[in-house]
Amino acid sequence: MSLPIIEIVFYLFSAVLCFAAFSVVTVRNPVYAALFLVLAFFSSAAIWMLLEAEFLAITLVLVYVGAVMVLFLFVVMMLDINVDRLKEGFARYLPVGILVAVAMAAELFIVIWTRGFAKMPRPEPLPDGYSSTKALGEVIYTQYLYPFEIAAIVLLVAIVAAIMLTLRRRPETRYQDPAKQVQVKRDERIRMVSMPAVKREES
Amino acid sequence: MLTLAHFLTLGAILFSLSVAGIFLNRKNVIILLMAIELMLLSVNMNFVAFSRFIGGLDGQVFVFFILTVAAAEAAIGLAILVVLFRNRRTINVQELDELKG
Repeated sequence: MSLPIIEIVFYLFSAVLCFAAFSVVTVRNPVYAALFLVLAFFSSAAIWMLLEAEFLAITLVLVYVGAVMVLFLFVVMMLDINVDRLKEGFARYLPVGILVAVAMAAELFIVIWTRGFAKMPRPEPLPDGYSSTKALGEVIYTQYLYPFEIAAIVLLVAIVAAIMLTLRRRPETRYQDPAKQVQVKRDERIRMVSMPAVKREES
Repeated sequence: MLTLAHFLTLGAILFSLSVAGIFLNRKNVIILLMAIELMLLSVNMNFVAFSRFIGGLDGQVFVFFILTVAAAEAAIGLAILVVLFRNRRTINVQELDELKG
């Protein structure tokens, strides 16, 4: 009887994931919430590794933890937020929040555990040398090529929109105008004056 | 023995937690955005689990696109948040009532 390593890993990371998700929504300080979200993404990346989706697990860590969560942390720390006022009404909405969450979870559990998902056997382990990255790349660059390009355009639009939204021209700041700098003529910068030579005064 | 139901249950718990988070943090836009990210994560968990247990790669491709769109959404949402804070000096949802509809 060997140790059920996969089950242990699954339950361990699931517990960490649920704890982190619970902390994200209940902790007072938004900075801690962002850090717990990082923990949640890490744990779910580990669970995706169990599901043999290595490329997506690494992407989750790189893109989310590396980019999106750093963006969140930047914004949270840049804004001067009054935490106490934002936490008003936490206790007031607690009962209805718990009620809705429990009802929703119960409904989902009923659907999941009565529809035969529990009887689906664990699939055969993938063969040695199987690369999730390679398999995914073959699908993305052939069958899903157009959606992939649209995704690239979505990211481009997001970049342009984010920059345009946050760009602001301060009136007191002075900017270079490269076009004017290039077009300047010699006459605009230099004035030739002719004056007679003067003998230096002896002092 | 892990079955598909275990992973779907994990996704369901995550989704319920983030729904509760949206109810509890109704005033803080940043936590609302984080709860939405958690929701997308739970949906991605379901996609990956189904992809593994059914045996196709389509689910993983969908997760890839969801990650892309979620990153774009987070970037634009945070940009709007920064502009909002610059103009109103608050991110309290209850005080953002200028837009009459």
